[in-house]
Order: sequence, then C-alpha cells, then structure tokens
Amino acid sequence: MSSKRTVQFKIYRYDPDKDDKPYMQDISVELEESDKKLLDALVRLKAKDDTLSFRRSCREGVCGSDAMNINGKNGLACLTAIDELAQPITIRPLPGLPVVRDVIVDMTQFFKQYHSIKPYLINNDPAPERERLQTPEDREELNGLYECILCACCSTSCPSFWWNPDKFVGPAGLLAAYRFLADTRDQATGERLDNLEDPYRLFRCHSIMNCVDVCPKGLNPTKAIGKIKDMMLRRAV
Amino acid sequence: MRTAVLTKVFPTRSHTVAAQGGVAASLGNSTEDNWHWHMYDTVKGSDWLGDQDAIEFMVKKANEVVVELEHFGMPFDRTDNGKIYQRPFGGHSQNYGQTPVSRSCAAADRTGHAMLHALYQRNVRANTQFFVEWMAMDLIRNADGDVLGVTAMEMETGEVSIFHAKATIFATGGAGRIYYSSTNAFINTGDGVGMAARAGIPLEDMEFWQFHPTGVAGAGVLITEGVRGEGGILRNASGERFMERYAPNLKDLASRDVVSRSMVTEINEGRGCGSDKDHVLLDITHLSPETINKRLPGIREISIQFAGVDPIKAPIPVVPTCHYQMGGIPTNYKGQVVVPKDGNPNVPVAGFYAAGECACASVHGANRLGTNSLLDLLVFGKAAGETVVSDFKSGQLTLKPLPENAADVSLARIARLESQTNGEDVHEVRLEMQRTMQKHAGVFRFADILKEGVTKILEVAERAKKTQIKDKSKVWNTARTEALELDNLIEVAKATMISAEARKESRGAHVRDDAIDCAETPNGRDDKNWLKHTLWFSEGNRLDYKPVNLQPLSPEVEPIALAKRTY
Repeated sequence: MSSKRTVQFKIYRYDPDKDDKPYMQDISVELEESDKKLLDALVRLKAKDDTLSFRRSCREGVCGSDAMNINGKNGLACLTAIDELAQPITIRPLPGLPVVRDVIVDMTQFFKQYHSIKPYLINNDPAPERERLQTPEDREELNGLYECILCACCSTSCPSFWWNPDKFVGPAGLLAAYRFLADTRDQATGERLDNLEDPYRLFRCHSIMNCVDVCPKGLNPTKAIGKIKDMMLRRAV
Repeated sequence: MRTAVLTKVFPTRSHTVAAQGGVAASLGNSTEDNWHWHMYDTVKGSDWLGDQDAIEFMVKKANEVVVELEHFGMPFDRTDNGKIYQRPFGGHSQNYGQTPVSRSCAAADRTGHAMLHALYQRNVRANTQFFVEWMAMDLIRNADGDVLGVTAMEMETGEVSIFHAKATIFATGGAGRIYYSSTNAFINTGDGVGMAARAGIPLEDMEFWQFHPTGVAGAGVLITEGVRGEGGILRNASGERFMERYAPNLKDLASRDVVSRSMVTEINEGRGCGSDKDHVLLDITHLSPETINKRLPGIREISIQFAGVDPIKAPIPVVPTCHYQMGGIPTNYKGQVVVPKDGNPNVPVAGFYAAGECACASVHGANRLGTNSLLDLLVFGKAAGETVVSDFKSGQLTLKPLPENAADVSLARIARLESQTNGEDVHEVRLEMQRTMQKHAGVFRFADILKEGVTKILEVAERAKKTQIKDKSKVWNTARTEALELDNLIEVAKATMISAEARKESRGAHVRDDAIDCAETPNGRDDKNWLKHTLWFSEGNRLDYKPVNLQPLSPEVEPIALAKRTY
C-alpha cells in the first residue's frame, strides 16, 4: 500500500467578512495512510488553512453535521471514501439554502419545515404506568423512517424544494410526517393528513427521487410520501 | 420561569446521538430483574468508588424514565408480547453477579439516536427556546461564588453575550478528545468541565477514563457492547475466545475495564491479530444474518464503512479506545454542583447544576457499566431540572446582580486570540496533548510514565496559552472555536494526568504497575488509603480528597459491602 498521497480539491469559499462574492479555490493536501474518508481530508486541509469552515461532529454518519455537495452530489463527508472520488474533488455547500460561510449553510428553512409537521408523538390517552404495547410487526413499520439524521442531503437535492422551500415540506419533513402516521401509538392521523392536504406541502413531490439517490442512511422518502398520498386517497373515498 | 437552551451544535447532533446499545432499566421484560441487582452491579462495576446514595437513586428511577421516553414516542424494539426489547450487556447480572441479565432497553443499535431525537421532538412540542450554534465560553460567578450564568458566543456572528440566569444547568458532555484515539465526536471537548475548572470548581475523579473494548481498529469508531450482548465473541490471533481465561463467569460480557485490559494483555503478549498484531477480532459470523440485520444494522453499516468488513462474513478488527469520562463536575444526586467549604466536602454552589457525562454524581465511580450513561443523563438531567424548579418555587433562586466585569474573561480570551503573534498552532498543540495523554495515561499506567506525563502535559498547557489562529473573520470562525475548545480540553487533560499520577493504587479503569494484588489490596485496590474521591483544582493544580458515600439513600437499603472484584 502506498503511504502518502496528494489529493486535489476545488472548494467553494466565501467569507462575507472579507469576500465580495464566492469563489472556487484550488487546493491540494497530502494525506496520511489512515485518511480514508473525505472528512479526514478536510480536517487535514483545515490544519493547513484554518480559515476553511465546515460543520462536523461524530465522523461516523449519525449526527448529520457534515452534509455537503461532493462532485455534484449531496452526501456526508464522513461516509464518503476519498479514493472513490474523481479529482479534483469539487466541494460546494448544499444547494438551495443560503450560504453563511464556505460550505456552511443556513438551515433555518429546512428545520422550519421539519417542525411544521409536528414531529412528535401525539397520544392524548392518560399515560399508563408501564410502556404502551406495540407488536414487533407494528414496530417494524417505523424502520426506514426513524433513522433520519436531519442532514438535509435529500431536501436540498429536490428541485421542488429548491423552488418552494417555504411551501413544500420536502422529503425529510415528509419522511418524519410518515414516521408518526405509521406509529400505532400516535392518535393524530386525521390532523396530520389535514396539515398536509394542500397543493404544495405534500403534492409538490413529483417522484423525481433525488432524495432516495442521495440519502446517506439509505432511506426512501419517496416511498414514504407515496404512502401518505395513499392514506389521503383512502380517506377521501 | 423562562428557559434558554444553549447548544454548540443543532440539538440532534450532540454526541448522545451516537450511543448504540441501550439504556439500563430493570424492567424485567425478558429475564427476571430488580433494582437491587442493578444497584449491586453498578457499585461493583464502579469498584466501590461510586456513591451509593446516588446509585440507589438512579437504579430506582430507571424504569420511570425509560417508560417516560417510550411515552414520548421513542421507537424501542419490542418483545413478542409488545414490551420494550432488552438485551444483555457487560457487567449487568442476575442475582448479584451470577448470570447475565437482559437489562439494556434498545432501539436496534441506534438507541442514542432514537433517544436524542425523541427528546428533541418533545422540546419541539414544548416550544423550548434554543440558542443553536452558540458556544458557551465562561461561567460567571460573584464574590460569594454563586453562579449567575454564562458568557456565550454566537458562532454565526462572533458576538459574545451574557446569559444572566437564576439557575445554570450544565449538560455539556465529556472530553474524550483529550486522547489521540477516541470514539468521541469532534465536539466532545469538555467545554462545561473546562469552564467549571477555570471558575474555581474542583473536578472529581478525573483519573478514571473508560477505554471501550471495541473501537474499530484504526478509525476509533465505536462498535457497541450490544454486539457481545447479542452473542459476539472476542478472539485472538489463534481464534481463541480469550475472555474465558480472564472472566470465567461473564466472559465477553465482563465489565469494560476488565475486557479492555484483557485485550491489551493479549496484544502485548503477541497474540494480537493482523500484520502488526495490534488488534483482536470481534466475531459475530455465527449469528444469523437476520439477527444481525434486525438487531445490529448500524454496526454492520459501520463495519463496512470503517473496517471494510461485512460482519456477516468476517470478524471486525477492534481495539480498546477512549470512550467515557467517569469523573467530572462534582454533584449530588439532586444534580446540584457541590464543593468543599468550611470542612463540609459537599456544599451546593448556589445556582449551579450539572448532569450527564460532564457531571460526577458519582454513579460510575472508577468504571462505568455500559447502558448506565444514558440512564445517568436521563435520571440526573430530570433530577437537576426538578431541583431547579423546587429551588425556584421555594424562593432560593433569585436574579443576583452581575459583577461589573462579568464578560471580561471571555472578551480577554478573544482579544488575545485576535492579537497573538509568534504563537502556537492549535492543531499542533492539540495533537501533542492527545499523544501525551495516549502515551502516559492509557489502559495500563506506570508510575514513572505518569510522572513524566505530568511534566509534559504542563508544558503543553503552557503552549496552549499562546495559541494563534490565521482566521480573523467574525462569521463562523471555526478556528477560533477550536482554540477556545482547546482551553477546555487542556483543563481536563491536566486534571486527568495529575489525579492519575497521585492515585497510588489500582481501581476500576485506573490500573498501575506499582499496585500489588494481595490480600490487603485485592487487584491492587487499596481501600485503606484510597477509598476516596479525588478533587483537582485548576489553580495551582492542587489536589484534595473527599470520602466516598458508602451509605445508600434509604435507611432500609443495605450497603453493598466492599469485596474483591471478579467476573
């Protein structure tokens, strides 16, 4: 195995404190053998130039901090293998959200949509002394839904969300909406469907499926959205 | 009462999200269980350094807080009869150490993620006011030592503000990043612990760090003990299940400190795996793919991503990796921060509370059991909140006047970073600290290497006073954040090394070469001289000690008597 290797980058840079406008920076960095993921390389780059700004935390794909646009596709830096990327590796902020600095975006709109679907269990029965029961089969309905890490890779790859980030809930929010619709313990099905019955909130999804393509956790928001549409339809007839 | 929650990262990105295997509660859903057994296991796991009043409080509250989370919507796995699924975990047993018990309540191997999201969602419901991406900088105390709030920096603008409060609760996590190889996130820089230390609060039992047996070799990413709970086996180069030699009873499910030492011994004696013989293997190839996909899906993902191994087909290379800070800001079981004053070792600091990994209640003592950390943060987080409410209602909490210079320390720190020339590189100093900790205060500790470590870490601390950054922007200046974080890490590193050098015995995770295993000092544990908590004060690196509370909270509960610890 070769020990040292150099990787070429093209990185989106913008510091509103000193730059009039964003620019793409060409930069390269020498990696150690232990550097496997894109995040390792970015950390190495930051040691060289501490002005490079990006969010990161767990480095294992569960906190959702280091989502960015990598060679044109949204993903998590910590789960992206360097050796599988064509060089120069082009790094841009997630598309469709305002850039704060470098690859750090303002995620307010994204979280606003998540909050809008009431992402919490609603059950107005008096709480029993012990756990509410749920069969293993009913619990399995939540698989593929609850694992979302709110990284925003999906919503910011969705053309419908780019067009109407204020009106369309977006794949992440809708996945969360279905997570509660699918939970046998939740009692707010009617209220949740009412909340989405609108030309924009749910129905702006045109099954383009970019969300499925980019989800770093292998989740399928399009399928969940389809199930919400089914529930809507069944309710209507 | 109004509440502000300050957080350095968006709430669902805090490191609780990475907890995998479960949260302990003696629900008894799969195997018979009760809190007495859980209490015994926790005291024994702590190597008797845990305070038995706090431990009793925690294990008795466990069922309540776990059931509450379920009511909040947390998606626990289920048993066939619809109850919360529970799996075995290291050091947890039936009948006072006899056989493994299923006590860990789990949502697949993503329990922390499911928990943190459920708690955040509950806060969305409650419309909690969050200050997201604000970094707390310094604790504000008045001349009486009362805590009046914190200073904090908004990362997006670089503005420093004062949060003037009647009550301040720290839930700021641990500082696993003082070590070179850690399962911890980048953000785990012990911010609250460092802030408390700089403000004159002593740190308790900082020599005790948990090295998790199964970090992915090389990458350091955590592989849950739940893998062994589901039947995983550790093997050395010859394929031997070596834990049978070290812990004949609980084997691979012995306490973490015991398993980590056994692994390092195997490696040191030449039975490690791989071309460098520098790790051992965690084998689950005998489990069915269905079990792995259902109970350990996240682990399979992590193994493929970070070890390049599909655990259905081949064992995972693992090595003990720094994971958890047993010590921290001293608190009592109510979540109040306590300090020595006028001969009383546990006097509450007015207005100051702490919970979770940043705090030391002390329920983990010298070694924490897996799944007791999520339990700790639930129980004591809630207790701290309830104590604040009752202190507020009884009129003990008032808004005391801010000292004139409340923000001076923080502003001076920022001004120094702005103007520092010929300074030290943050990245270099941090690396030097991490290497020093790794080499001088690891799984096994040696008197002379610890002594050297003290000299070295104090040198590194001097360098950290002169850090310099290139980035001068006000907007999202992560170089500045990292420099400020280093100030916190350094406090923890000094506390750890100095406390470890001073403790001349072996106990739990702190094992020294010069502590002798004999009848007087079983496993090298010297109860006559060292059955006491360390208190380290940042000023002058002064050490003090206070007694361990061996008395449970309720008079009718029998203390767990001192005994030699074997598994």
